[in-house]
Amino acid sequence: MKNINLIIDDTPVTVPEGTTIMEAADRIGVHIPRLCYLPSLSLEGACRICIVEVEGFKNFQASCATKVAEGMKVRTNSPEIRQARRDLVELILDNHPMECQTCERDGQCELQNLAYTLGVRERLFAGKRKEYPIDDSSDSVVRNSEKCILCRRCIRICAEVQGVYNLNQMYRGFNTVVAPAYMDPMRESVCINCGQCINVCPTAAFIEQDSTEMVWNALADPGKTVVVQVAPSIRAAIGEGFNLPAGTPETGKTVTALRRLGFDVVFDTNFAADLTIVEEANEFINRLKKGERLPLLTSCSPGWIKFLEHFYPEMIPYASTCRSPMSMLSVLIKTYYAKVKGLNPKDIYVVAVMPCTAKKFEARRPEHYSPEGFPYTDAVLTTRELIWMIKSYGIDFNRLEDGQFDSPLGLSSGAADIFGTTGGVMEAALRTAYEKITGESLADVNFKQVRETTGLKEASLKIGKQTVNVAVANGLQNARTILERVKSGEKQYHLIELMACPGGCIGGGGQPYPQNGHYVLEPEILKLRAAALYSIDEAKTIRKSHENPDIKEIYDRFLKSPGSQLAHQLLHTSYTHRFPRGV
Amino acid sequence: MMTTTENRQGLTPAILEFIESCKTREHPESFLIAVLHKVQEEFGYLSREHLDEVAHLLSIPTSYVFGVATFYHFFRLQPQGKYSISVCLGTACFVKGADKVLEAFQNHLGIGMGETTKDGLFSLTNTRCLGVCGLAPVVMVNDKVYGQVTPQQVPEILNRIKKEIENEAAGQEDDTE
Repeated sequence: MKNINLIIDDTPVTVPEGTTIMEAADRIGVHIPRLCYLPSLSLEGACRICIVEVEGFKNFQASCATKVAEGMKVRTNSPEIRQARRDLVELILDNHPMECQTCERDGQCELQNLAYTLGVRERLFAGKRKEYPIDDSSDSVVRNSEKCILCRRCIRICAEVQGVYNLNQMYRGFNTVVAPAYMDPMRESVCINCGQCINVCPTAAFIEQDSTEMVWNALADPGKTVVVQVAPSIRAAIGEGFNLPAGTPETGKTVTALRRLGFDVVFDTNFAADLTIVEEANEFINRLKKGERLPLLTSCSPGWIKFLEHFYPEMIPYASTCRSPMSMLSVLIKTYYAKVKGLNPKDIYVVAVMPCTAKKFEARRPEHYSPEGFPYTDAVLTTRELIWMIKSYGIDFNRLEDGQFDSPLGLSSGAADIFGTTGGVMEAALRTAYEKITGESLADVNFKQVRETTGLKEASLKIGKQTVNVAVANGLQNARTILERVKSGEKQYHLIELMACPGGCIGGGGQPYPQNGHYVLEPEILKLRAAALYSIDEAKTIRKSHENPDIKEIYDRFLKSPGSQLAHQLLHTSYTHRFPRGV
Repeated sequence: MMTTTENRQGLTPAILEFIESCKTREHPESFLIAVLHKVQEEFGYLSREHLDEVAHLLSIPTSYVFGVATFYHFFRLQPQGKYSISVCLGTACFVKGADKVLEAFQNHLGIGMGETTKDGLFSLTNTRCLGVCGLAPVVMVNDKVYGQVTPQQVPEILNRIKKEIENEAAGQEDDTE
């Protein structure tokens, strides 16, 4: 490829043809301020914050959208540019609530940060401000259009990455507002609750439903036994909230922090991940033997499940009936554990720490309520919410000693740890299915074919005499691709792992906001989080779910066998056709 | 992705045929505005059911269809009232206080721009320059032009129309007798 020579702020720089001015400036360590730009999404060029002066051009150029040219002379910080950028941010602020101190994003807001960086010290423009009611109808995502700056990141991620297309700009001019079709409440829309709009929002126009208040209250209630469970991917990302480098696995400190917060019992969702694998492998082997309802679609990701219900209801029979690990564990806490400890399940309060906003919705699904009418999972905290609670309490996370999960729902195999990354559920399932089908011990448990954090993977594997075709998709646009291939008959898969979020749970909608110098869903960060999970897996001696001794014990003492009547009643669920039907 | 039978009520065979013909051409989604024009021409406005059906038939996300329908002033999301009141907000009219006239209509009718009264009698829109700037501010009610309108005259205009409606109704009763 041809190289282009240009000069940015008197510094010569050579970059390949097709590079933008912004990317070229990044190369020489000049970070041009930006707002609507996000590398993982399509180019918008809407905010104009990244304007630069290019010699010979009458107008300022948006550096995110302008390609370099031979001999170009660019100024990124002339007084005129600095003034224009400041004016632009001031104009956005003029139509933005002045509520920074009481805002959920305070201190982590890109707009606030930009105003500081550009030196906005007064508000010269005063005009009409848009007024909208807050839409908090959804169990997962709160939409506050007064804080929206119309950067369109949420619209882009909802469409380009998730293939849901729930959000768009409605009306025009001053009345422009980002909303679902017909301005419907989020609860009544095709929103799948994945929370990626929250992840990419530069302000707090999208934010998760707060569950911290109810958890503080439960912790303060002497009549409650408060049990917490922690999802696999939390340990790979929580450290980022405490200034640790991305990819630092922090299982032990997380456990200790939870105890300090006052949780009575700390269990590991990983235990139920192992259980999911045993149940799902059993389901898979049965279907494989009968040659029916294949491909089996995994069911751990509540965002994916709601997508299935809105967009592909005709494929519901293919989905695994296994509850997600979170719901399985919550059920066991309020049945098995309650029985073992002689507790009334109504006096147990179950909190799940999840990388995910859709889990808040899952917890409120009627399918996950007991026959007596109480929820199995009482509250779901996102990774972000837990980080905030730890900081709010004043716990110095980095100085904590490592703690251990409680028994009997705390021990897990390495297969469970990798649930948190794309391909992990597949690999865990293959480890168990292989041994159950062939009756042989697996020599190498590493299925490298299904690793990598890319959006779509396929592999064909020899299990005994049979060739098993598998596919792994993350980001629901990729799920669409796979499902269309299945529907058209183009591909015959046996097992498909589907996760709503990019990279799987490690890129979940409840994970920490990016650290300084990084951007949300940065592929490098996702890789580091995945590597953290694989390192935990490798460090364990037990790496197959069915070899977890506590799993064996719970079958012996309580569930009898995989797929037993009790297992079905407690660990499996059903799905429903949802409206509005997705397009 | 798929069409649903449960919300398929309404589009005429002609419109369905037009949509089918769009789908055989390149970029069927680019015919969205043309389809919406046809629907509005037929039904007078774009109902939620019709927008849903168009979305599914053209495989365009509903949020995008609604975005287009709300972006263009031409499209109406509510049925047009029997009397369509259109206030000119062109430069000359605006300078002469058309915004106050519009406000008066909004207050007296209890509806906003682009909306229709509950009884289905009045709808309110605005327009840009009717070419009679000498009469500014100008208001059109169906095809009748009112010139040099003041906010004070608004109730008078509405009363006159209401009387017209009453007379018409009385006339119809006379006919039946």
